[in-house]
Amino acid sequence: MIRINVNGEDRQVDVPEDMPLLWVLRDELNMTGTKFGCGVAQCGACTVHVDGTPTRACQTPVGMLGPDSKVTTIEGVTGKAAQAVQAAWQKLDVVQCGYCQSGQIMSAVALLTDNQNPTDQDIDAAMDGNVCRCATYVRIRAAIKDAAQTMRA
Amino acid sequence: MRQAARNGFPEAGFAPGPLAAPSRRGFLKAIGAGAGALVIGAHLPMPALAAEAAAKTVGPADPRPHAFIIIAPDNTVTVLAKHLDKGQGIVTGIATIAAEELDADWSQVRGAFAPADAKLYANHFFGIQGTGGSTAIANSWDELRMAGAAARAMLVAAAAARWTVPAGEVTVSKGVVRHAASNRSLTFGELAEEAAKLPVPQQVKLKDPKDYVLIGKPDLHRLDHVSKTNGTAIFAMDIRRPDQVTAVLARSPRFGGTVKSVDDAAARKVPGVIEVVSLPVGVAVIARNTWAAMKGREALTVTWDDVNSEMRGTDAMLADYRKLADQPGAAAAGKGDADKAFAEAAARGGHVVEGDFVFPYLAHAPMEPLNAVVALNPEGGCTIWAGSQFQGVEQMVAAHILGCKPEQVKIETQWAGGSFGRRATTNADYIAEAVMVAKAYPKAPVHLVWTREDDIKGGRYRPLFLHRIKAAVDDKGALVAWKQRIVGQSFMAGTPFEAAMVKNGVDATMVEGASDMAYAVPNLAVDAHTVASPVTTLWWRSVGHTHTAYSKEVMIDRLAKAAGKDPVAFRLEMLKDHPRLAGVLKLAAEKAGWGQPMPQGKGRGVAVHESFNSYVAHVADVTVDAKGQVKVDRVVVAIDCGQVINPDIVKSQMEGGTGWGIGHALRGEITMTDGMVDQANFDSFLPMRMSDMPVVEVHIMPSSERPTGAGEPGVPTAAPAVANAIFSVTGQPQQTLPFSRGGIVS
Repeated sequence: MIRINVNGEDRQVDVPEDMPLLWVLRDELNMTGTKFGCGVAQCGACTVHVDGTPTRACQTPVGMLGPDSKVTTIEGVTGKAAQAVQAAWQKLDVVQCGYCQSGQIMSAVALLTDNQNPTDQDIDAAMDGNVCRCATYVRIRAAIKDAAQTMRA
Repeated sequence: MRQAARNGFPEAGFAPGPLAAPSRRGFLKAIGAGAGALVIGAHLPMPALAAEAAAKTVGPADPRPHAFIIIAPDNTVTVLAKHLDKGQGIVTGIATIAAEELDADWSQVRGAFAPADAKLYANHFFGIQGTGGSTAIANSWDELRMAGAAARAMLVAAAAARWTVPAGEVTVSKGVVRHAASNRSLTFGELAEEAAKLPVPQQVKLKDPKDYVLIGKPDLHRLDHVSKTNGTAIFAMDIRRPDQVTAVLARSPRFGGTVKSVDDAAARKVPGVIEVVSLPVGVAVIARNTWAAMKGREALTVTWDDVNSEMRGTDAMLADYRKLADQPGAAAAGKGDADKAFAEAAARGGHVVEGDFVFPYLAHAPMEPLNAVVALNPEGGCTIWAGSQFQGVEQMVAAHILGCKPEQVKIETQWAGGSFGRRATTNADYIAEAVMVAKAYPKAPVHLVWTREDDIKGGRYRPLFLHRIKAAVDDKGALVAWKQRIVGQSFMAGTPFEAAMVKNGVDATMVEGASDMAYAVPNLAVDAHTVASPVTTLWWRSVGHTHTAYSKEVMIDRLAKAAGKDPVAFRLEMLKDHPRLAGVLKLAAEKAGWGQPMPQGKGRGVAVHESFNSYVAHVADVTVDAKGQVKVDRVVVAIDCGQVINPDIVKSQMEGGTGWGIGHALRGEITMTDGMVDQANFDSFLPMRMSDMPVVEVHIMPSSERPTGAGEPGVPTAAPAVANAIFSVTGQPQQTLPFSRGGIVS
């Protein structure tokens, strides 16, 4: 049994230690908001926060999480940055197919938690690991700026 | 060329009736060379609507409104979309059309996917239920307006009966039914039950467009914008049925290969692996969860039989294509005498320009890897949960595999995490695989999952193409001759769609956008060579136009330069008979500031094209730095797609189409060495990323023409506009894609 804390709840899972957090969330805990896109940390669809740091769940063996690690997923992300980001995403109708957007939002929330006035270069650096095949990048950029403005207000 | 059979799929035991016999229904006609790929017929299902006035009475009101609209006692209005929403916003668009005629309040409107039903939900352009070719809005326009108007009339009649007042005195606005004189009102929900008992009106009056309150309004939000931002939207990948197991499939690493022998002893020892089964399409590892299934597959030892495999690499294939291009192909278009015109132009001070264009294989790589859940039904048949794009084909293929009737195959269509054409296959490929595994393992619902590597290496690519073009302007700079040869694979040949799509040896989807050249030219010759290979290919967002628009527009800029003419002015001279193309070209040029001088190292390029009955122009600005590296800075797009239902969604489709077109032109390619695909994941099949994306500005041409589509038409002109911008700076035409091959993007 491995104990992990997800969205503030302690959970026990009976899985091998090398099982990536992604599959623990999706297949064992039935939390499907975190998406499988590539399996090799190249697309960012599986981005969660581990102790606040954006992390690719597909390359995070569950056994490597520390006993006190706190995992936050799209289902549980809260706070000022999360609210501002999700509201901006909805205001600007960012989504198309939507499959990558959980990961995009988790990366954007992490960016804005640290930096409430990101430049275009900051946005590129924080978001280049998140692929959107629909190419909603124009609106993601605009929504991050909109959310940043909300947070600064 | 029976590539489907060679890859182990059953020969689908069906032929889509209307496609195979285009005259079966009055509105279908066989595709002519140059028409949109899947726009099999341009006629309307209801001839009475063909010459439709702004508002008129039409009838009979059929199909029945309840097939499309459900008004519940809780006052919600659910509009059933028979089309797949894979991001293009079609659920929102379809719901808007119905809600407009219904006079519903947008806040009460919901969207849902219609079940698979060949009779109720066929795409009128295809003759089967399916989504593609940017047809969903055009296909739904009359149907959903009529359904909405009929439902509204029934609500009015129910209110009039309850209040015993003339129906003519009853009004509807924002979901409220009112009788002003007696100051009474009821909600849709309060009237739903009574209205449902009334006969469906045979005559309905459609709104005058000037009275629209939802259609064309810029501030209507997508119906999926909340669920897709909080993780609650359910894709097929997220379906969890009781006792569900997960399967991954080991497939031949070479196209056309089959299983020779399997050693599954190690795979069976992987904790969580339940079963290993050999199927015609590969070896399935069935496990308790996805991770175990993937580990189990890694532990398999499979020997493949390559006797029918493609063993060439893409360089060798291309060399073969070049040899073929020296020989005449099957004629796709012809008028005048191009060879004579070339000789005359050369002799009399004109210019002859020649070039070979190379377009690589490209994967669709939708963000949601292909997957489907299949459960066998106790009463026979099965239920499929999938981002289903060709329900009509999938029902027939699944029925063939299971030995049941197509209507015993239930499909629960889910939000799809992208498609770009990948989910619409002529043999239902990944869904057929899932059904085969479910048949072999009937104990529990089976979730068949492709990994990203399966997807990148798994084929169904946009085909590799070679274009050879020779064109001439005369001494006055007028285009006098155009000769074009296209070499590549047909993805229609050998499928049930061949009869409708391949004419006189030419697959219409290979030459569309070339054989129907819009620019005025007195001498035109377009022909094609269809080559066979076990490499599987498929339509890919905007189909033939992905390559034909590119080669045409890049050559036009070379000809403009040879003639000493401005690229926009040169195009406009040749588009006098095409006002809608000229219209978007002028609009994009004006908004982009065409004609203003560009600073050193910056370039501007243009392209214009019609696809899927929509008209799009792109103007792109690029920077070429001292090292010759290119960055796309800004793109201006103009589109004319007729009456716009939701302008913000049209804009988002232009943004996305632009990114799709440019992203693949920068670095996208699938190559093979000795028949093995060189790329594996997003670290080698390189997608467009945030830092690649230019500023995109979209302008929509106001129009009251019938609505067409926006999902695909934003793609074709994006890359050639960028290529022409680079050409304006470097003088080097970009004729081999992707640009990274020429070392100009990192």
